[in-house]
Amino acid sequence: MSNPAEQFRRSLVIAKKNIKIYYLKGPVIIFGLVFPLFLALAYIIGRNIPLEEVLPGLIGMTTFFTATSVGPSIVPWETRSKTLERLLCCPIALWTIIFGDMVSSFLFGLVISVIPLLYVLTLNIELLNFIVLLFSLIIANFCFSALSVLLSAYPPTDIPATSQMLSSLVKFPLVFISGVFISVEQLPEWGRIIASFSPLTYFTDLTRQLILEKGYYPLALDLVMIVIFAVIFSLAAIKLHEKTLTKRLS
Amino acid sequence: MESAITVQNLTKHFGDVTAVDHINFSVKKGEIFGFLGPNGAGKTTTIRILTGLLKPDGGTASIIGYDVLRNPIEAKQCIGVVPEVSNAYIDLSAWENLILIGRLYGVSSHKLKENTTKLLKDFGLYEVKDKLVRGFSKGMKQKLLLCMALVNDPEVLFLDEPTSGLDVESTRLLREKITQYNRDGKTVFLSTHNMEEANQLCHRIAIINHGKIAAIDTPENLRAQSMELQYIEVLFDKQVNIQEISKNPNISKASFAGNRIRVYTANPSAVIEFLVEFAKQKRLHILSLNTMMPSLEDVFIKLIKEKEVMPV
Ligand SMILES: Nc1ncnc2c1ncn2[C@@H]1O[C@H](COP(=O)(O)OP(=O)(O)OP(=O)(O)O)[C@@H](O)[C@H]1O
Ligand SMILES: [Mg+2]
Repeated sequence: MSNPAEQFRRSLVIAKKNIKIYYLKGPVIIFGLVFPLFLALAYIIGRNIPLEEVLPGLIGMTTFFTATSVGPSIVPWETRSKTLERLLCCPIALWTIIFGDMVSSFLFGLVISVIPLLYVLTLNIELLNFIVLLFSLIIANFCFSALSVLLSAYPPTDIPATSQMLSSLVKFPLVFISGVFISVEQLPEWGRIIASFSPLTYFTDLTRQLILEKGYYPLALDLVMIVIFAVIFSLAAIKLHEKTLTKRLS
Repeated sequence: MESAITVQNLTKHFGDVTAVDHINFSVKKGEIFGFLGPNGAGKTTTIRILTGLLKPDGGTASIIGYDVLRNPIEAKQCIGVVPEVSNAYIDLSAWENLILIGRLYGVSSHKLKENTTKLLKDFGLYEVKDKLVRGFSKGMKQKLLLCMALVNDPEVLFLDEPTSGLDVESTRLLREKITQYNRDGKTVFLSTHNMEEANQLCHRIAIINHGKIAAIDTPENLRAQSMELQYIEVLFDKQVNIQEISKNPNISKASFAGNRIRVYTANPSAVIEFLVEFAKQKRLHILSLNTMMPSLEDVFIKLIKEKEVMPV
Protein backbone atom coordinates (compact mmCIF):
# COMPACT_ATOMS: atom_id res chain seq x y z
CA MET A 1 0.00 0.00 0.00
CA SER A 2 2.64 2.49 0.95
CA ASN A 3 4.89 1.32 -1.86
CA PRO A 4 5.60 4.08 -4.38
CA ALA A 5 4.04 2.26 -7.35
CA GLU A 6 0.69 1.91 -5.59
CA GLN A 7 0.84 5.49 -4.34
CA PHE A 8 1.63 6.62 -7.87
CA ARG A 9 -1.45 4.78 -9.11
CA ARG A 10 -3.54 6.52 -6.49
CA SER A 11 -2.16 9.90 -7.48
CA LEU A 12 -3.47 9.27 -10.98
CA VAL A 13 -6.90 8.69 -9.40
CA ILE A 14 -6.52 12.13 -7.80
CA ALA A 15 -5.48 13.63 -11.14
CA LYS A 16 -8.53 12.17 -12.85
CA LYS A 17 -10.78 13.63 -10.18
CA ASN A 18 -9.13 17.04 -10.66
CA ILE A 19 -9.67 16.88 -14.41
CA LYS A 20 -13.36 16.17 -13.92
CA ILE A 21 -13.88 18.89 -11.37
CA TYR A 22 -11.43 21.72 -11.92
CA TYR A 23 -10.76 22.02 -15.66
CA LEU A 24 -14.10 23.69 -16.18
CA LYS A 25 -13.88 26.15 -13.30
CA GLY A 26 -13.97 29.84 -14.24
CA PRO A 27 -10.48 30.91 -13.12
CA VAL A 28 -8.90 27.95 -14.92
CA ILE A 29 -10.62 28.84 -18.19
CA ILE A 30 -9.71 32.51 -17.78
CA PHE A 31 -6.09 32.09 -16.72
CA GLY A 32 -5.46 28.99 -18.77
CA LEU A 33 -7.27 29.65 -22.06
CA VAL A 34 -8.68 33.13 -22.52
CA PHE A 35 -5.70 34.90 -21.13
CA PRO A 36 -2.88 33.20 -23.06
CA LEU A 37 -4.99 33.39 -26.22
CA PHE A 38 -5.38 37.15 -26.03
CA LEU A 39 -1.79 37.64 -24.98
CA ALA A 40 -0.72 35.55 -27.95
CA LEU A 41 -2.91 37.55 -30.33
CA ALA A 42 -1.59 40.83 -28.96
CA TYR A 43 1.87 39.46 -29.40
CA ILE A 44 1.44 38.34 -33.00
CA ILE A 45 -0.90 40.93 -34.50
CA GLY A 46 0.50 44.26 -35.65
CA ARG A 47 4.11 43.28 -35.48
CA ASN A 48 5.95 43.21 -38.71
CA ILE A 49 7.95 40.10 -38.07
CA PRO A 50 7.39 36.64 -39.49
CA LEU A 51 5.46 34.27 -37.26
CA GLU A 52 8.45 32.01 -37.17
CA GLU A 53 10.44 34.66 -35.30
CA VAL A 54 7.87 35.03 -32.52
CA LEU A 55 7.08 31.33 -32.29
CA PRO A 56 9.64 30.46 -29.57
CA GLY A 57 8.32 33.22 -27.30
CA LEU A 58 4.78 32.17 -28.11
CA ILE A 59 5.39 28.54 -27.22
CA GLY A 60 7.16 29.56 -24.01
CA MET A 61 4.37 31.83 -22.95
CA THR A 62 1.52 29.47 -23.82
CA THR A 63 3.17 26.57 -22.06
CA PHE A 64 3.88 28.68 -19.01
CA PHE A 65 0.39 30.11 -18.65
CA THR A 66 -1.56 26.96 -19.38
CA ALA A 67 0.55 24.66 -17.22
CA THR A 68 0.23 27.04 -14.28
CA SER A 69 -3.51 27.64 -14.58
CA VAL A 70 -4.95 24.64 -12.72
CA GLY A 71 -2.37 24.17 -9.95
CA PRO A 72 -2.81 27.30 -7.85
CA SER A 73 -6.46 26.77 -7.04
CA ILE A 74 -6.94 23.04 -6.39
CA VAL A 75 -5.80 22.92 -2.76
CA PRO A 76 -7.52 26.19 -1.78
CA TRP A 77 -10.67 24.89 -3.43
CA GLU A 78 -10.54 21.62 -1.58
CA THR A 79 -9.92 23.52 1.64
CA ARG A 80 -12.95 25.66 1.06
CA SER A 81 -15.30 22.86 0.01
CA LYS A 82 -14.11 20.75 2.98
CA THR A 83 -13.12 17.86 0.75
CA LEU A 84 -9.46 18.12 1.70
CA GLU A 85 -10.00 16.52 5.10
CA ARG A 86 -11.98 13.70 3.48
CA LEU A 87 -9.11 13.14 1.04
CA LEU A 88 -6.45 13.21 3.74
CA CYS A 89 -8.26 10.45 5.63
CA CYS A 90 -7.60 8.07 2.71
CA PRO A 91 -4.54 5.80 2.73
CA ILE A 92 -2.48 8.11 0.59
CA ALA A 93 0.64 10.12 1.35
CA LEU A 94 0.61 13.89 1.05
CA TRP A 95 2.96 13.64 -1.91
CA THR A 96 0.39 11.44 -3.61
CA ILE A 97 -2.14 14.27 -3.48
CA ILE A 98 0.37 16.95 -4.46
CA PHE A 99 1.69 14.84 -7.32
CA GLY A 100 -1.85 14.16 -8.52
CA ASP A 101 -2.50 17.91 -8.54
CA MET A 102 0.67 18.44 -10.54
CA VAL A 103 -0.30 15.79 -13.06
CA SER A 104 -3.70 17.38 -13.69
CA SER A 105 -2.12 20.80 -14.08
CA PHE A 106 0.53 19.27 -16.35
CA LEU A 107 -1.96 17.57 -18.66
CA PHE A 108 -3.94 20.77 -19.10
CA GLY A 109 -0.77 22.60 -20.10
CA LEU A 110 0.38 19.81 -22.36
CA VAL A 111 -2.83 19.54 -24.35
CA ILE A 112 -3.00 23.27 -25.01
CA SER A 113 0.68 23.95 -25.58
CA VAL A 114 0.91 21.27 -28.21
CA ILE A 115 -1.23 23.52 -30.47
CA PRO A 116 1.49 26.10 -31.28
CA LEU A 117 3.90 23.22 -31.55
CA LEU A 118 1.84 21.79 -34.42
CA TYR A 119 2.55 24.95 -36.34
CA VAL A 120 6.24 24.21 -35.96
CA LEU A 121 5.71 21.10 -38.07
CA THR A 122 4.83 23.30 -41.07
CA LEU A 123 8.23 24.94 -40.77
CA ASN A 124 11.42 23.56 -42.12
CA ILE A 125 12.59 21.92 -38.90
CA GLU A 126 14.72 18.81 -38.56
CA LEU A 127 12.96 15.77 -37.16
CA LEU A 128 15.49 15.32 -34.39
CA ASN A 129 15.05 18.94 -33.31
CA PHE A 130 11.31 18.47 -33.27
CA ILE A 131 11.59 15.39 -31.08
CA VAL A 132 13.88 17.20 -28.66
CA LEU A 133 11.42 20.09 -28.65
CA LEU A 134 8.49 17.82 -27.86
CA PHE A 135 10.44 16.14 -25.10
CA SER A 136 11.43 19.48 -23.56
CA LEU A 137 7.88 20.71 -23.84
CA ILE A 138 6.79 17.79 -21.68
CA ILE A 139 9.44 18.44 -19.04
CA ALA A 140 8.77 22.18 -19.08
CA ASN A 141 5.05 21.58 -18.62
CA PHE A 142 5.80 19.46 -15.61
CA CYS A 143 8.21 22.03 -14.22
CA PHE A 144 5.66 24.85 -14.51
CA SER A 145 2.81 22.80 -13.08
CA ALA A 146 5.01 21.93 -10.08
CA LEU A 147 5.65 25.65 -9.67
CA SER A 148 1.92 26.35 -9.74
CA VAL A 149 1.16 23.77 -7.09
CA LEU A 150 4.02 25.18 -5.01
CA LEU A 151 2.44 28.63 -5.29
CA SER A 152 -0.81 27.29 -3.80
CA ALA A 153 0.93 26.24 -0.58
CA TYR A 154 1.49 29.66 0.87
CA PRO A 155 -0.45 31.46 2.21
CA PRO A 156 -2.78 28.59 3.25
CA THR A 157 -5.86 30.39 1.97
CA ASP A 158 -9.22 28.80 1.27
CA ILE A 159 -10.10 31.36 -1.40
CA PRO A 160 -9.14 30.13 -4.87
CA ALA A 161 -9.21 33.67 -6.30
CA THR A 162 -6.65 34.86 -3.76
CA SER A 163 -4.32 32.07 -4.65
CA GLN A 164 -4.78 32.72 -8.39
CA MET A 165 -4.06 36.40 -7.87
CA LEU A 166 -0.97 35.83 -5.76
CA SER A 167 0.38 33.31 -8.22
CA SER A 168 -0.20 35.82 -11.02
CA LEU A 169 2.00 38.22 -9.09
CA VAL A 170 4.79 35.71 -9.52
CA LYS A 171 3.86 34.56 -13.01
CA PHE A 172 3.71 37.93 -14.80
CA PRO A 173 7.09 39.30 -13.77
CA LEU A 174 8.57 35.91 -14.70
CA VAL A 175 7.22 36.19 -18.24
CA PHE A 176 8.82 39.59 -18.67
CA ILE A 177 12.27 38.56 -17.51
CA SER A 178 12.37 35.22 -19.31
CA GLY A 179 13.21 36.16 -22.88
CA VAL A 180 9.65 35.75 -24.12
CA PHE A 181 9.31 39.26 -25.54
CA ILE A 182 12.99 40.17 -25.68
CA SER A 183 15.54 37.42 -26.13
CA VAL A 184 18.11 36.94 -23.38
CA GLU A 185 21.11 38.19 -25.33
CA GLN A 186 19.35 41.51 -25.94
CA LEU A 187 18.93 42.06 -22.19
CA PRO A 188 21.36 44.22 -20.22
CA GLU A 189 23.81 42.49 -17.89
CA TRP A 190 21.56 42.75 -14.79
CA GLY A 191 18.58 41.56 -16.81
CA ARG A 192 20.48 38.47 -17.85
CA ILE A 193 21.36 37.73 -14.24
CA ILE A 194 17.72 37.97 -13.17
CA ALA A 195 16.63 35.91 -16.18
CA SER A 196 18.95 33.11 -15.16
CA PHE A 197 16.75 32.51 -12.09
CA SER A 198 13.67 31.80 -14.14
CA PRO A 199 12.91 28.31 -15.48
CA LEU A 200 10.99 29.88 -18.35
CA THR A 201 14.20 31.54 -19.60
CA TYR A 202 15.75 28.17 -20.30
CA PHE A 203 12.69 26.81 -22.00
CA THR A 204 12.32 29.83 -24.30
CA ASP A 205 16.01 29.76 -25.03
CA LEU A 206 15.83 26.09 -25.86
CA THR A 207 12.85 26.61 -28.15
CA ARG A 208 14.60 29.49 -29.89
CA GLN A 209 17.64 27.34 -30.39
CA LEU A 210 15.69 24.44 -31.88
CA ILE A 211 13.50 26.50 -34.18
CA LEU A 212 15.65 29.48 -35.11
CA GLU A 213 19.06 28.03 -34.28
CA LYS A 214 20.07 31.03 -32.22
CA GLY A 215 20.22 30.48 -28.50
CA TYR A 216 22.07 32.08 -25.63
CA TYR A 217 22.86 29.08 -23.42
CA PRO A 218 24.10 25.66 -24.58
CA LEU A 219 21.20 23.34 -25.36
CA ALA A 220 22.20 20.78 -22.75
CA LEU A 221 22.34 23.45 -20.07
CA ASP A 222 18.81 24.57 -20.96
CA LEU A 223 17.51 21.05 -20.56
CA VAL A 224 19.37 20.34 -17.33
CA MET A 225 18.18 23.61 -15.80
CA ILE A 226 14.53 22.81 -16.59
CA VAL A 227 14.92 19.41 -14.94
CA ILE A 228 16.63 20.92 -11.90
CA PHE A 229 13.88 23.50 -11.50
CA ALA A 230 11.24 20.78 -11.86
CA VAL A 231 12.83 18.75 -9.07
CA ILE A 232 13.24 21.75 -6.79
CA PHE A 233 9.66 22.93 -7.31
CA SER A 234 8.22 19.45 -6.73
CA LEU A 235 10.13 18.87 -3.51
CA ALA A 236 9.44 22.39 -2.28
CA ALA A 237 5.73 21.99 -3.04
CA ILE A 238 5.53 18.81 -0.95
CA LYS A 239 7.54 20.30 1.94
CA LEU A 240 5.65 23.57 2.03
CA HIS A 241 2.24 21.92 1.78
CA GLU A 242 3.25 19.65 4.65
CA LYS A 243 4.00 22.75 6.71
CA THR A 244 0.79 24.63 5.97
CA LEU A 245 -1.55 21.66 5.96
CA THR A 246 -2.72 21.80 9.58
CA LYS A 247 -3.71 25.44 9.09
CA ARG A 248 -6.17 24.26 6.45
CA LEU A 249 -8.09 22.05 8.86
CA SER A 250 -10.81 24.11 10.47
CA MET B 1 -4.75 -9.44 18.66
CA GLU B 2 -7.16 -8.05 21.21
CA SER B 3 -7.37 -4.33 20.78
CA ALA B 4 -8.32 -2.43 17.67
CA ILE B 5 -7.07 0.94 18.89
CA THR B 6 -4.37 1.59 21.47
CA VAL B 7 -3.53 5.08 22.68
CA GLN B 8 -0.72 5.89 25.08
CA ASN B 9 0.07 9.28 26.58
CA LEU B 10 -1.20 11.04 23.52
CA THR B 11 -0.67 14.80 23.69
CA LYS B 12 -1.29 17.69 21.33
CA HIS B 13 -0.78 21.42 21.85
CA PHE B 14 -2.00 24.31 19.74
CA GLY B 15 0.05 27.26 20.99
CA ASP B 16 -0.91 27.67 24.64
CA VAL B 17 -3.93 25.37 24.37
CA THR B 18 -3.42 21.74 25.30
CA ALA B 19 -6.09 20.17 23.14
CA VAL B 20 -5.21 16.59 24.12
CA ASP B 21 -3.43 16.01 27.41
CA HIS B 22 -1.68 12.67 27.97
CA ILE B 23 -4.66 10.47 27.27
CA ASN B 24 -4.61 6.67 27.49
CA PHE B 25 -7.20 4.15 26.40
CA SER B 26 -7.66 1.11 24.27
CA VAL B 27 -10.61 -0.02 22.23
CA LYS B 28 -11.36 -3.72 21.91
CA LYS B 29 -12.12 -5.33 18.61
CA GLY B 30 -15.84 -5.44 17.92
CA GLU B 31 -16.62 -2.67 20.37
CA ILE B 32 -18.50 0.58 19.90
CA PHE B 33 -16.43 3.05 21.85
CA GLY B 34 -17.88 6.46 22.62
CA PHE B 35 -15.88 9.62 23.08
CA LEU B 36 -18.16 11.94 24.99
CA GLY B 37 -17.28 15.53 25.80
CA PRO B 38 -18.41 19.15 25.57
CA ASN B 39 -17.31 21.58 22.83
CA GLY B 40 -13.56 22.04 22.71
CA ALA B 41 -12.89 18.93 24.80
CA GLY B 42 -10.42 17.53 22.28
CA LYS B 43 -12.53 14.91 20.53
CA THR B 44 -11.84 16.02 16.99
CA THR B 45 -8.16 16.54 17.71
CA THR B 46 -7.89 12.97 19.02
CA ILE B 47 -9.69 11.58 15.98
CA ARG B 48 -7.47 13.62 13.65
CA ILE B 49 -4.38 12.17 15.27
CA LEU B 50 -5.76 8.64 15.05
CA THR B 51 -6.69 9.09 11.41
CA GLY B 52 -3.29 10.48 10.50
CA LEU B 53 -4.25 14.10 9.85
CA LEU B 54 -2.37 15.63 12.76
CA LYS B 55 0.95 14.68 14.28
CA PRO B 56 0.86 14.41 18.08
CA ASP B 57 3.41 16.28 20.20
CA GLY B 58 3.86 13.23 22.36
CA GLY B 59 2.67 9.69 22.95
CA THR B 60 1.80 6.89 20.60
CA ALA B 61 -1.28 5.46 18.95
CA SER B 62 -1.83 2.37 16.90
CA ILE B 63 -4.69 0.89 14.90
CA ILE B 64 -4.85 -2.88 14.35
CA GLY B 65 -1.21 -2.94 15.39
CA TYR B 66 -0.06 -0.24 12.95
CA ASP B 67 1.58 2.76 14.55
CA VAL B 68 -0.18 5.83 13.17
CA LEU B 69 3.09 7.76 13.04
CA ARG B 70 5.41 5.11 11.65
CA ASN B 71 2.97 3.34 9.32
CA PRO B 72 0.30 5.94 8.64
CA ILE B 73 -0.76 4.53 5.28
CA GLU B 74 -1.11 0.95 6.53
CA ALA B 75 -3.07 2.23 9.53
CA LYS B 76 -5.34 4.31 7.32
CA GLN B 77 -5.88 1.38 4.97
CA CYS B 78 -7.82 -0.46 7.72
CA ILE B 79 -10.13 2.39 8.67
CA GLY B 80 -13.12 4.31 7.43
CA VAL B 81 -13.68 7.89 8.52
CA VAL B 82 -16.52 10.37 8.68
CA PRO B 83 -14.73 13.58 9.68
CA GLU B 84 -16.54 16.28 11.66
CA VAL B 85 -16.36 18.92 8.96
CA SER B 86 -16.11 17.38 5.55
CA ASN B 87 -17.99 17.08 2.34
CA ALA B 88 -18.36 14.82 -0.60
CA TYR B 89 -17.41 16.40 -3.92
CA ILE B 90 -20.48 18.40 -4.90
CA ASP B 91 -19.41 18.47 -8.56
CA LEU B 92 -19.43 14.68 -8.70
CA SER B 93 -22.36 12.29 -8.44
CA ALA B 94 -22.91 10.02 -5.44
CA TRP B 95 -21.66 7.10 -7.50
CA GLU B 96 -18.51 8.93 -8.63
CA ASN B 97 -17.73 9.97 -5.06
CA LEU B 98 -17.85 6.37 -3.87
CA ILE B 99 -15.78 5.11 -6.79
CA LEU B 100 -13.20 7.84 -6.15
CA ILE B 101 -12.76 6.93 -2.51
CA GLY B 102 -12.76 3.20 -3.25
CA ARG B 103 -9.98 3.65 -5.82
CA LEU B 104 -7.95 5.68 -3.33
CA TYR B 105 -8.16 2.63 -1.06
CA GLY B 106 -7.09 0.43 -3.94
CA VAL B 107 -10.32 -1.59 -3.92
CA SER B 108 -10.48 -3.75 -7.06
CA SER B 109 -12.91 -2.62 -9.76
CA HIS B 110 -15.30 -5.52 -9.48
CA LYS B 111 -15.48 -5.45 -5.69
CA LEU B 112 -15.84 -1.69 -5.73
CA LYS B 113 -18.87 -1.74 -8.02
CA GLU B 114 -20.45 -4.39 -5.84
CA ASN B 115 -19.82 -2.47 -2.59
CA THR B 116 -20.97 0.81 -4.08
CA THR B 117 -24.21 -0.63 -5.36
CA LYS B 118 -24.93 -2.36 -2.08
CA LEU B 119 -24.20 0.68 0.05
CA LEU B 120 -26.24 3.05 -2.09
CA LYS B 121 -29.19 0.66 -1.94
CA ASP B 122 -28.80 0.16 1.83
CA PHE B 123 -28.84 3.87 2.47
CA GLY B 124 -31.67 4.63 0.05
CA LEU B 125 -29.46 6.63 -2.30
CA TYR B 126 -29.49 4.28 -5.27
CA GLU B 127 -32.20 6.24 -7.10
CA VAL B 128 -30.12 9.41 -6.98
CA LYS B 129 -26.77 7.76 -7.61
CA ASP B 130 -26.14 9.68 -10.84
CA LYS B 131 -27.26 13.05 -9.50
CA LEU B 132 -24.65 15.62 -8.53
CA VAL B 133 -24.16 15.83 -4.77
CA ARG B 134 -24.63 19.61 -5.12
CA GLY B 135 -28.40 19.07 -4.94
CA PHE B 136 -28.40 16.71 -1.95
CA SER B 137 -29.98 17.57 1.38
CA LYS B 138 -27.85 17.59 4.50
CA GLY B 139 -29.17 14.20 5.54
CA MET B 140 -28.42 12.69 2.13
CA LYS B 141 -24.91 14.14 2.19
CA GLN B 142 -24.25 12.67 5.62
CA LYS B 143 -25.52 9.28 4.51
CA LEU B 144 -23.24 9.48 1.50
CA LEU B 145 -20.30 10.34 3.76
CA LEU B 146 -21.01 7.24 5.81
CA CYS B 147 -21.17 5.19 2.58
CA MET B 148 -17.81 6.69 1.59
CA ALA B 149 -16.38 5.63 4.94
CA LEU B 150 -17.64 2.08 4.44
CA VAL B 151 -16.76 1.54 0.79
CA ASN B 152 -13.46 -0.20 1.60
CA ASP B 153 -14.97 -2.62 4.17
CA PRO B 154 -12.95 -1.07 7.00
CA GLU B 155 -12.05 -2.91 10.21
CA VAL B 156 -12.43 0.22 12.28
CA LEU B 157 -14.85 3.06 11.69
CA PHE B 158 -14.19 6.58 13.01
CA LEU B 159 -17.20 8.85 13.31
CA ASP B 160 -16.89 12.44 14.51
CA GLU B 161 -20.34 13.60 15.60
CA PRO B 162 -22.01 11.77 12.73
CA THR B 163 -25.58 12.75 13.54
CA SER B 164 -25.15 16.37 14.54
CA GLY B 165 -27.62 18.58 12.73
CA LEU B 166 -29.70 15.75 11.33
CA ASP B 167 -33.42 15.20 11.78
CA VAL B 168 -34.88 12.34 13.82
CA GLU B 169 -35.37 10.01 10.89
CA SER B 170 -31.91 10.39 9.37
CA THR B 171 -30.40 10.08 12.84
CA ARG B 172 -32.26 6.85 13.43
CA LEU B 173 -31.17 5.41 10.10
CA LEU B 174 -27.54 6.32 10.68
CA ARG B 175 -27.53 4.82 14.19
CA GLU B 176 -29.17 1.69 12.88
CA LYS B 177 -26.49 1.33 10.20
CA ILE B 178 -23.72 1.88 12.74
CA THR B 179 -25.11 -0.84 14.98
CA GLN B 180 -25.57 -3.14 12.00
CA TYR B 181 -21.98 -2.61 10.90
CA ASN B 182 -20.81 -3.33 14.43
CA ARG B 183 -22.79 -6.58 14.54
CA ASP B 184 -20.48 -7.92 11.84
CA GLY B 185 -17.67 -7.76 14.39
CA LYS B 186 -16.30 -4.38 13.33
CA THR B 187 -15.04 -1.71 15.68
CA VAL B 188 -16.53 1.77 15.94
CA PHE B 189 -14.97 4.86 17.48
CA LEU B 190 -17.63 7.51 17.86
CA SER B 191 -17.34 11.03 19.18
CA THR B 192 -20.42 12.87 20.35
CA HIS B 193 -21.67 15.40 22.84
CA ASN B 194 -25.04 13.73 22.84
CA MET B 195 -25.52 11.56 25.97
CA GLU B 196 -28.50 9.83 24.54
CA GLU B 197 -26.50 8.74 21.52
CA ALA B 198 -23.60 7.51 23.63
CA ASN B 199 -25.97 5.69 25.96
CA GLN B 200 -27.86 4.05 23.12
CA LEU B 201 -24.98 3.01 20.91
CA CYS B 202 -21.83 2.54 22.93
CA HIS B 203 -20.49 -0.46 24.79
CA ARG B 204 -18.03 1.75 26.60
CA ILE B 205 -17.71 5.48 26.94
CA ALA B 206 -14.73 7.71 27.63
CA ILE B 207 -15.68 11.06 29.06
CA ILE B 208 -13.22 13.72 27.95
CA ASN B 209 -12.92 17.33 29.03
CA HIS B 210 -10.16 19.88 28.53
CA GLY B 211 -8.12 17.23 26.77
CA LYS B 212 -8.19 14.86 29.75
CA ILE B 213 -10.14 11.66 30.17
CA ALA B 214 -12.35 11.89 33.26
CA ALA B 215 -13.67 8.31 33.16
CA ILE B 216 -13.90 5.27 30.94
CA ASP B 217 -16.57 2.67 31.56
CA THR B 218 -19.80 1.11 30.37
CA PRO B 219 -22.81 3.44 30.45
CA GLU B 220 -24.29 1.35 33.29
CA ASN B 221 -21.14 1.48 35.42
CA LEU B 222 -20.72 5.17 34.84
CA ARG B 223 -24.19 5.67 36.26
CA ALA B 224 -23.45 3.33 39.15
CA GLN B 225 -20.26 5.25 39.95
CA SER B 226 -22.41 8.18 40.84
CA MET B 227 -24.93 6.51 43.11
CA GLU B 228 -24.97 9.50 45.39
CA LEU B 229 -26.61 11.24 42.47
CA GLN B 230 -29.74 9.13 42.78
CA TYR B 231 -32.64 10.84 44.44
CA ILE B 232 -36.15 10.32 45.72
CA GLU B 233 -38.99 12.64 44.93
CA VAL B 234 -41.83 12.66 47.40
CA LEU B 235 -45.12 14.54 47.47
CA PHE B 236 -47.02 14.97 50.76
CA ASP B 237 -50.58 16.24 51.05
CA LYS B 238 -49.51 19.13 53.29
CA GLN B 239 -46.60 21.55 53.61
CA VAL B 240 -43.65 20.20 55.59
CA ASN B 241 -40.52 21.72 57.01
CA ILE B 242 -37.70 20.64 54.78
CA GLN B 243 -35.14 21.16 57.55
CA GLU B 244 -36.63 18.32 59.55
CA ILE B 245 -36.14 15.97 56.64
CA SER B 246 -32.59 16.96 55.85
CA LYS B 247 -31.57 16.11 59.43
CA ASN B 248 -31.65 12.41 58.51
CA PRO B 249 -28.04 11.13 58.21
CA ASN B 250 -28.82 9.15 55.05
CA ILE B 251 -29.85 12.26 53.18
CA SER B 252 -27.10 14.30 51.60
CA LYS B 253 -29.32 17.09 50.36
CA ALA B 254 -32.99 17.99 50.35
CA SER B 255 -34.64 20.62 48.23
CA PHE B 256 -37.97 21.60 46.72
CA ALA B 257 -38.68 20.64 43.14
CA GLY B 258 -41.98 22.34 42.46
CA ASN B 259 -44.34 21.12 45.17
CA ARG B 260 -42.36 17.92 45.58
CA ILE B 261 -39.40 17.41 47.84
CA ARG B 262 -36.28 16.01 46.26
CA VAL B 263 -33.85 14.18 48.56
CA TYR B 264 -30.48 12.92 47.39
CA THR B 265 -29.22 9.71 48.96
CA ALA B 266 -26.84 6.82 48.48
CA ASN B 267 -29.23 4.61 50.43
CA PRO B 268 -32.73 4.89 48.97
CA SER B 269 -34.38 2.07 50.92
CA ALA B 270 -33.44 3.52 54.31
CA VAL B 271 -34.69 6.90 53.21
CA ILE B 272 -38.00 5.50 52.00
CA GLU B 273 -38.55 3.87 55.40
CA PHE B 274 -37.69 7.13 57.07
CA LEU B 275 -40.10 9.08 54.90
CA VAL B 276 -42.95 6.67 55.60
CA GLU B 277 -42.26 6.89 59.35
CA PHE B 278 -42.01 10.66 59.11
CA ALA B 279 -45.40 10.83 57.39
CA LYS B 280 -47.02 8.67 60.09
CA GLN B 281 -45.61 10.84 62.88
CA LYS B 282 -46.75 14.09 61.28
CA ARG B 283 -50.07 12.62 60.14
CA LEU B 284 -49.29 13.25 56.51
CA HIS B 285 -50.27 11.27 53.47
CA ILE B 286 -47.77 10.38 50.80
CA LEU B 287 -49.35 11.20 47.44
CA SER B 288 -46.44 10.00 45.37
CA LEU B 289 -42.92 8.69 45.81
CA ASN B 290 -40.36 8.00 43.07
CA THR B 291 -36.80 6.77 43.09
CA MET B 292 -34.75 8.30 40.30
CA MET B 293 -31.52 6.79 38.99
CA PRO B 294 -28.86 9.23 37.86
CA SER B 295 -28.93 9.85 34.15
CA LEU B 296 -25.79 9.72 32.08
CA GLU B 297 -26.10 13.46 31.87
CA ASP B 298 -25.92 13.76 35.67
CA VAL B 299 -22.79 11.63 35.70
CA PHE B 300 -21.30 13.62 32.89
CA ILE B 301 -21.90 16.95 34.55
CA LYS B 302 -20.63 15.65 37.86
CA LEU B 303 -17.42 14.26 36.39
CA ILE B 304 -16.75 17.38 34.42
CA LYS B 305 -17.35 19.60 37.45
CA GLU B 306 -15.01 17.45 39.55
CA LYS B 307 -12.25 17.85 37.02
CA GLU B 308 -12.87 21.54 36.82
CA VAL B 309 -12.34 22.20 40.54
CA MET B 310 -9.30 19.95 40.62
CA PRO B 311 -6.10 22.00 40.75
CA VAL B 312 -4.04 21.69 37.58
N1 LIG C 1 -6.19 23.74 14.18
C1 LIG C 1 -6.28 24.26 15.41
N2 LIG C 1 -5.58 25.36 15.74
C2 LIG C 1 -5.65 25.89 16.97
N3 LIG C 1 -6.39 25.39 17.98
C3 LIG C 1 -7.12 24.31 17.74
C4 LIG C 1 -7.11 23.68 16.45
N4 LIG C 1 -7.92 22.61 16.50
C5 LIG C 1 -8.42 22.57 17.74
N5 LIG C 1 -7.95 23.58 18.50
C6 LIG C 1 -8.27 23.81 19.92
O1 LIG C 1 -8.12 22.60 20.61
C7 LIG C 1 -9.18 22.39 21.53
C8 LIG C 1 -9.87 21.09 21.24
O2 LIG C 1 -10.56 21.19 20.02
P1 LIG C 1 -11.36 19.99 19.36
O3 LIG C 1 -11.80 20.47 18.01
O4 LIG C 1 -10.54 18.78 19.41
O5 LIG C 1 -12.62 19.85 20.30
P2 LIG C 1 -13.93 18.96 20.14
O6 LIG C 1 -14.04 18.13 21.35
O7 LIG C 1 -13.93 18.28 18.84
O8 LIG C 1 -15.07 20.07 20.16
P3 LIG C 1 -16.46 20.15 19.36
O9 LIG C 1 -17.47 19.39 20.14
O10 LIG C 1 -16.76 21.62 19.37
O11 LIG C 1 -16.24 19.63 17.99
C9 LIG C 1 -10.07 23.61 21.42
O12 LIG C 1 -9.73 24.49 22.48
C10 LIG C 1 -9.72 24.22 20.10
O13 LIG C 1 -9.86 25.61 20.15
MG1 LIG D 1 -15.13 18.24 17.26
